[in-house]
Amino acid sequence: MSDSRDDSDDARASRDARDDERHDDEQAARLRRIDDAFTKAIPYNAWLGLQTVEAGAKGEGRIVLRLPFRAELVGNPVTGVLHGGPITAAMDAACGASVFLALREPLRIATLDLRIDYLRGATPGVDLFCRAECVRITKQVAFARGTTDQGDPDDPLAVVAATFMVFRDQGSVLAEGMKRS
Amino acid sequence: MSDVSTKSAGSAADFLTVLAEAKRTRDPSGIADAVPYLRAMGIETRLHDDELVCTMRFSEPLIGNFAIRALHGGTLGALLESAAATTLLWRALLDAPSMEGLVIPRVVSVTVDYLRTGRAVDTHARAIVTSAGRRVARVRAEAWQDDRERPVAAANASFLVG
Repeated sequence: MSDSRDDSDDARASRDARDDERHDDEQAARLRRIDDAFTKAIPYNAWLGLQTVEAGAKGEGRIVLRLPFRAELVGNPVTGVLHGGPITAAMDAACGASVFLALREPLRIATLDLRIDYLRGATPGVDLFCRAECVRITKQVAFARGTTDQGDPDDPLAVVAATFMVFRDQGSVLAEGMKRS
Repeated sequence: MSDVSTKSAGSAADFLTVLAEAKRTRDPSGIADAVPYLRAMGIETRLHDDELVCTMRFSEPLIGNFAIRALHGGTLGALLESAAATTLLWRALLDAPSMEGLVIPRVVSVTVDYLRTGRAVDTHARAIVTSAGRRVARVRAEAWQDDRERPVAAANASFLVG
């Protein structure tokens, strides 16, 4: 192996590493912008403590939100099991966010209906993960599906189907925070 | 985890005491205070002409769209599920000969229809038990703001009661 080839291998390796790093930084910055727009800027999502942990690529319409466990969210004081309300609300937020991410432009959306099946009670003291995907957008209506689990996506505690109105003539209040995402 | 189970074990006895007191006085208003999520949400459980009504007092954290100052849809879903669950629990309490064997309803599924924009004011909800078997009960709940005839959201829910 000649010295020059060694140099070029090293140079390529370090360039690749720099590219990876820049890509990671960009991804992290995008996730922060999405998190700011969906969870921090929406009062009830902020109250729930929702955090964006994953978002699909632009136009992909997929998101994962974490709902941290806290005693205030308990619905059954005898068992310590969470109330369904915060789970429904978090899944509404996740499904809405998945639709928003799937849209080509930031439009106002509103939930039409949402069905949630509780497959089992949430284990007390453990955070929830709300996973949602936008499965189709038509001119006026968008369809989303989602699941809730406590860390293992193959062991969901709730499944959700939701539909949303898409207002083609109205921009979203999230547009400012999301315009580069 | 151990901390949480100790806490819930502590409040379990308190909760059953609250339910027994509600049954004795035929007044469900203490129930909401004893359920952490209802208390945190500002949801009250009161009787109006023998019908249990859940009222969610408006507060800023309930907002979902700050541009049009609309309630977060999830808060309406939560209120409807609360009305359905507390109505079933209240019925079970009144029907139970004693506190022994009282079953707290466990929700199986909820379908929420969003009918109108929820404005930044107090919201009320009531529920009607549409079928009650030994194991499953079906409930229809409606939420309204100023006008009971113009609901902002409605839900159908199924619960395990046995």
